[in-house]
Amino acid sequence: MLAMRIPAALSRLAILALFSFAAGVSAAPVEITFYYPVAIGGSATKIVDDLVAEFEKANPDIKVKPVYAGTYQESIGKALTAAKAGQPPDAAVILAADIFSLIDAGVILPFDQFVKTDADKNWINGFFPVYMLNSQSGGKTWGIPFQRGTTLFFWNKDAFKEAGLDPEKGPQTWEEVVDFAKKLTKRDAGGNVTQWGMQVPSSLTSYWLLQGYVAQNGGKLAELSGDKTHFDSPEVVEALQYWVDLALKHKVMKSGVIEWGTNAKDFFERRTAMFTTTSGNLTNVKTSATFPFGVQILPGHKKRGAPTSGGNFYLFKTSSPEKQAATFKMIQWLTSAERSAEWSIKTGYVAPRDDAWQTTAMKNYVASFAGAKVAYGQLQYLVPELATHENQRVARSIDDGIEAALTGKKTPEQAMKDSQREAERILSRYR
Amino acid sequence: MHAAVSNPAVAGPAGSRTPVLAWLLLAPAVVLLAAFTHVPALMTLVNSLYSTPAANRPARFIGSDQFRDMLSDPVFMSALKNNAVYALGTVPASIALAILMALIVNSSIRGRTWLRMSFFLPTVLPMIAVANIWLFFYTPSYGLVDQILGIFGVHGRNWLGNPDTVLACLMALAIWKEAGFFMIFYLAALQQISPNLKEAAAIEGAGRFYFFRRVTFPLLMPTTLFVLINALINAFRVVDHVIVMTKGGPDNASALLLYYVYNVGFKYWDTGYAAALTVVLLAIMGILAFAQFTIFDRKVHYQ
Repeated sequence: MLAMRIPAALSRLAILALFSFAAGVSAAPVEITFYYPVAIGGSATKIVDDLVAEFEKANPDIKVKPVYAGTYQESIGKALTAAKAGQPPDAAVILAADIFSLIDAGVILPFDQFVKTDADKNWINGFFPVYMLNSQSGGKTWGIPFQRGTTLFFWNKDAFKEAGLDPEKGPQTWEEVVDFAKKLTKRDAGGNVTQWGMQVPSSLTSYWLLQGYVAQNGGKLAELSGDKTHFDSPEVVEALQYWVDLALKHKVMKSGVIEWGTNAKDFFERRTAMFTTTSGNLTNVKTSATFPFGVQILPGHKKRGAPTSGGNFYLFKTSSPEKQAATFKMIQWLTSAERSAEWSIKTGYVAPRDDAWQTTAMKNYVASFAGAKVAYGQLQYLVPELATHENQRVARSIDDGIEAALTGKKTPEQAMKDSQREAERILSRYR
Repeated sequence: MHAAVSNPAVAGPAGSRTPVLAWLLLAPAVVLLAAFTHVPALMTLVNSLYSTPAANRPARFIGSDQFRDMLSDPVFMSALKNNAVYALGTVPASIALAILMALIVNSSIRGRTWLRMSFFLPTVLPMIAVANIWLFFYTPSYGLVDQILGIFGVHGRNWLGNPDTVLACLMALAIWKEAGFFMIFYLAALQQISPNLKEAAAIEGAGRFYFFRRVTFPLLMPTTLFVLINALINAFRVVDHVIVMTKGGPDNASALLLYYVYNVGFKYWDTGYAAALTVVLLAIMGILAFAQFTIFDRKVHYQ
């Protein structure tokens, strides 16, 4: 029975193939899937759905299936698992910092082979160079900047007034931060702190906050090649020392590890007068703060500096060139000047192209909300985010070190030495 | 099979078919167990002896290398230590609490049904939800714990952000969550105990505590063994709260073994090392279960 059915099924398939061939390429739409993380909450899904619908309308020969794959962490997990099972998505938005993990797994394609026309070249050259640093390796472009961000500095203007500080001026240097924070830290009669001066989140991906301090101190965490870290260099140790001192020496920051979520809530609850967080939180602060707040770029030390962050589009290795071409078309469309501006306005991410900032929509938005312009002003000081081979593991080793230093279990020097040793162990085989 | 052959009633012409029938009846369970438990366990053992494959680097046999690496892996060592502390801290405490709660709700106090329900409530809540609620309890300054302590003039603490307190915080949650579940087993066991014993003890003039120590507790031993095994397994098996509340931090002070296995396997994609870690975890649980059965088995059946 079974043996008889197979030829029948085969012939049916052949007929089907003939049909679709005869019907012509234009009538049979190419279907592509892309994995997308919902790290920024509720409304993002609708924004993506709207964009996709608009793209499909402009390109009737392509059907797009967006798959909401959870957090960044879960998205890369799902994409890698699917690729290992031979069913990779056509595209995915995954952390820019995970570039080496994806290259090493052999699941993504460089964009270079698809960039052919002058329009293509203009498009790919239109991204801010600093956002491309995390997107290129070995002379090839592996990621297209999509939802990118940086760190911003916020303060409570009411608290500034109470402490006798100018509410319109945030601190500009490391010293000023300590100085202001001392004035802003309030204690009750029993010595309990009711309002901290300053808070920096430190529960995981704390390397990202440290990276800002390191850049301001004239150092760097790692080489762009992704196979060498400098965790125990003097610039890094000094930067960590400054951070630790805020809590343990100056006592203007809550000691121990500070949760990302609690950090922002502490600000809204007036438990901290100043704090740093991702630019992706800008819209959240704007809607949740019940008092006037100030936002600015990070205070400097030897110079200004802040790390980039966020997700890139990656093009996955699939069997069909038609699907790859369609996917490239979609990515190009979603990261064009107009769409970048639209995406940035709706989500709070930093548009990664200069021409997006020149669109009318963006100009109107900046005119209505000055905070939106702050991240743009910081672009010239940005440094690429830490990205190495086995990035999650290397990042965890320095995160552990930072936590050990912040909780007083190790000196910054010892902590960074231990982290560097672990990073060396992991990275030595990639050189 | 042996029983079938030695039993004259089913031996004979029909006897040869019985094993086939028996295996057919067992087949669904055997297939499921084999496919999802035994084969993966064996594959894990095999994988633990091979390096992690990469795009241009196929897996190769490296023997016990990965097991040797563990000895110099500080995260593994602290996860192992944390898990030991966690098990020693949560298992006896939740069993003691479960017995106490069972005794209370088994007595004839008023509002018994309400008490039973409130003791059992933590069990029916999903761990993820519970962990999120407790995350609020532990929030520094304005969390529930600090608000209550504040009434007594105690300073706010960064409970989960301090390596000295974080594990204890997770353990408190685990005890609260587990005790209600174990209480149900003890309650059932208590209701099996004949009231004659209590009357006899009362006539003999035995005190309540003496009666518990010499009669009730020994009679509960089979339940205790069952609960003990389950509690120990849970101490190594449940890490949802770690993921929600601390991600193993600060500096791995709250990392448990299974959470580390998950990280190595699905965040670092070092599947070979994750397999080796899993083998160690399985070995620990196997040894614990074996020890409990051999040591306690003789003592638990109190006739």
